[in-house]
Amino acid sequence: MAAAARPVSPAASLMSGGGPVARIQVSVNGQMYTAEVEPRTLLVYFLREVLGLTGTHVGCDTTNCGACTVHLDGKPVKSCTVLAVQANGRQVRTVEGLEVGGKLSAVQQSFYEEHGLQCGFCTPGMMMTATALLERNPNPSEAEIRDAIRGNLCRCTGYVNIVKAIKAAGKKMQAPPAGGSA
Amino acid sequence: MSADATPHVKGGLGQSILRKEDARFIRGKGNYVDDVKLPGMLYLDITRSPYAHAKITAIRTDKALKVPGVLAVITGKDLEAAGLAWMPTLMSDKQMVLPVDTVMYQAQEVAAVVADSRYAAADGAAAVEVDYEPLPVVVDPFKALEPNAPVIRTDRAEKSNHIWHWETGDKSGTDAALGGSAVTVSQDLYIPRIHVSSMETCGCIAHMDSVSGRFTIWMTTQAPHAIRTVFALVTGLPEQNIRVISPDIGGGFGGKVPVYPGYVIASVASIKTGHPVKWIEDRSENLQADSFARDYHIHAEVGATADGTVTALRVKTLADHGYTDAAANPSKFPAGLFHIITGSYPFAKAFVEVDAAYTNKPPGGIAYRCSFRVTEAVYTIERMMDILAHKLNVDPAELRLKNFIPPEAFPYKSALGWTYDSGNYAGALRKAMEIIDYAGLRREQAEKRARGELMGIGISSFTEIVGAGPSQTFDILGIKMFDSAEVRIHPTGKVIARFGTKSQGQGHETTYAQILAEELGIPADDIRVEEGDTDTAPYGLGTYASRSTPTAGAAASMAARKIREKAQKIAAHLLEVSPDDVEWKDYAFHVKGVPGKSKTMQEVAFAAYTNHPKGVEAGLEAVDYYDPPNMTYPFGSYICVVDIDKETGQVKVRRFVAVDDCGTIINPMIVDGQIHGGLTMGFAPALLEEIQYDADGNIHGGTFMDYLVPTAVETPNWETAKTVTPSPHHPIGAKGVGESATVGAPPAIVNAIVDALRPYGIEHIDIPVHPWKVWQVLHGGEKPG
Repeated sequence: MAAAARPVSPAASLMSGGGPVARIQVSVNGQMYTAEVEPRTLLVYFLREVLGLTGTHVGCDTTNCGACTVHLDGKPVKSCTVLAVQANGRQVRTVEGLEVGGKLSAVQQSFYEEHGLQCGFCTPGMMMTATALLERNPNPSEAEIRDAIRGNLCRCTGYVNIVKAIKAAGKKMQAPPAGGSA
Repeated sequence: MSADATPHVKGGLGQSILRKEDARFIRGKGNYVDDVKLPGMLYLDITRSPYAHAKITAIRTDKALKVPGVLAVITGKDLEAAGLAWMPTLMSDKQMVLPVDTVMYQAQEVAAVVADSRYAAADGAAAVEVDYEPLPVVVDPFKALEPNAPVIRTDRAEKSNHIWHWETGDKSGTDAALGGSAVTVSQDLYIPRIHVSSMETCGCIAHMDSVSGRFTIWMTTQAPHAIRTVFALVTGLPEQNIRVISPDIGGGFGGKVPVYPGYVIASVASIKTGHPVKWIEDRSENLQADSFARDYHIHAEVGATADGTVTALRVKTLADHGYTDAAANPSKFPAGLFHIITGSYPFAKAFVEVDAAYTNKPPGGIAYRCSFRVTEAVYTIERMMDILAHKLNVDPAELRLKNFIPPEAFPYKSALGWTYDSGNYAGALRKAMEIIDYAGLRREQAEKRARGELMGIGISSFTEIVGAGPSQTFDILGIKMFDSAEVRIHPTGKVIARFGTKSQGQGHETTYAQILAEELGIPADDIRVEEGDTDTAPYGLGTYASRSTPTAGAAASMAARKIREKAQKIAAHLLEVSPDDVEWKDYAFHVKGVPGKSKTMQEVAFAAYTNHPKGVEAGLEAVDYYDPPNMTYPFGSYICVVDIDKETGQVKVRRFVAVDDCGTIINPMIVDGQIHGGLTMGFAPALLEEIQYDADGNIHGGTFMDYLVPTAVETPNWETAKTVTPSPHHPIGAKGVGESATVGAPPAIVNAIVDALRPYGIEHIDIPVHPWKVWQVLHGGEKPG
């Protein structure tokens, strides 16, 4: 269902005033938004401060940690290193877009069941990377999983249960859809 | 239910129930401090020093004030006028909030800019102009103590970089025992500076409401109540008007115990502007300026009889504390609990001394997922046991098994004064050896060594000391280190429980509910746990040093037992018998000797509000402030297998088996998760992480580009197992587990590496064991370290 583009007001927290602004139109989790942003506004702050989608986190300033991972046209990107204007005319998916119709995605369900998170801070980015991997390859080996999440740092879990969760999610995605529990 | 089924309550002790807190985290609905947005909120950013030691000759703020959106610039001179340029540390030293005239480490806060947007604040911070006159820099603590070293802290009466000397044990007895030992070994060990790097950095929103006089701070703190009291004492604000809210915390590991300058500056900025002020540090600021861990230069000596029975341990250490002693230790222990260093072995004599020095670095002495310097102690003793085994030409497992404090010796009093509660050290090591097939590995190693391949096996049999702690010895600035639980049962039998601790990912909302489920017979699903709001939670000292289960977890049990005492009277009333005829059994109140006549806690709870007996107050709730009678002593044995690439010097951890004993297990799934994470934070300093400084005090490792936090690629698939030796003094026998693995893992890994490199004649290699250090060993280059 195509919803009307929702204009969002410039976020006071991001506009330093006086500088140039760019008009962008971005689809986020299926909803189209139009907004005026400073050209230097990072996508992650556009999502967090303008749209209020605070599930996407900022964990570093060097594109190393992956806490800010979102999908841009289906591919995982680190939204701290993408400008909001680069998302103009494109599709963004965030952690808030994983649950559809009140049903957790296979990745969310598996992170929960396999204890794939502790403090929860890296979790949204980790799940976005995992989702992108499984959409490409629903049956990855352990080495492929570990390689896929090498750009997402987790300080709490030691990765063992994250790897298990991603494997389990892949199995769920391959299983016939009927009667799944969530 | 079959007739022989053990009675249980849903979500009680020992069940791997899934975590309650995950519902919000997997949906991106966590509530971390940077997610909080208040009307009229301003943003704070900080200008930092490029120099490690310099005089500030001028700070010009005019350009910054012209940046659109900038409202104010705060300098040390402004704070000095308010008496807030310096703040006290937990160790009776003092720390600059903003400098008045001198900076003492690179990245130190110099000025702060308040603006109406995050970006404008950053623009303003970049526009502050500061003139510096560089001063001589001291980065090496040994040089800092030389007679002619430049004095860093000219504000102190004592014109020296020496902070304190601390010692414990029997010096002359230890000297004599070492002198009389048939075999002695000694080794220098350096445990470098590392950073906790929780995935969420530190930050706050400070809000002074000038009308009500109410000061509220949302803050990344592991100890909200202690912060409230410290704020009250330092600022003079009435404590009832201060509210500290610690929302969801994205990892703490000790790094969120201290009060950092940014929190104080944001508070001043809010008082000054009348608006809420948000300060969120970025990762580089976090790595470069927040308190660090370790930085211990250790010299250790161990004596033994000719047959390998340990006799004495002597340790001399130089601690690099940076420019101030802001260690997060219990007040009576300047070197933390380093004197757990006799470990799992019955040393008759031991003596430990530590000297602390100032250097031009940010403050040190926080934990990195460890109970106050226990990691340093365990690393030392477990490396030394391997060095001793090599000297005696015996297998390191055999040497440990020969020497372990035996199970029947508990409670065991160590030479340095600790009373270990319980342990079965040989049991854990034997289990680890069996799981990993130790004998088979030794055979494989012999074959590989004959072919010139490098494979090593390393053991660590650690004993921790956690759960601070008993109030006769443990306090922070005089506040005793008890912790608390407040439990209320509602009329419908559902529970809300609040605690003085604060989870940072440990899963308290789940595990505390499990303890209460077990004690009250109410399913864990019906129990809501809250922490982190000083307006609602009972007073406590917070979560660090694996103290939550030993203190607040115990308080949960004790509060529940107080409730049971009252509930028994109400149950007796409902059952129309005397309270003495009622017993709590199988999660319900039963009339003794009358099967089938019983009342559940839920039925009693309803009666507590609708039909309470005469002489008994209505309601069903209790508070407990638990002062533990002793520390708890978790232990375990870890075995690590490494393979080393001879071409590159790269170390690969092939297998790692961790057998842990944390006493009674509340939730096996969560315990395993804690151990996986702890092992990875033990792997990190052993192989990757280190923060170094060059001679000018420039930090190396100040971003995630060069501070190497382990990824999923380097780390192995950790293998875990348990033994269970309950703590005799904890109400449910639990000991705490969050840090065991961080403490136990590094020596297992280094012992394995040194074991692999034995053919090259080395006794030790300092951490982190980067490939270039191994490569130098392999190529007969300069001494590693």
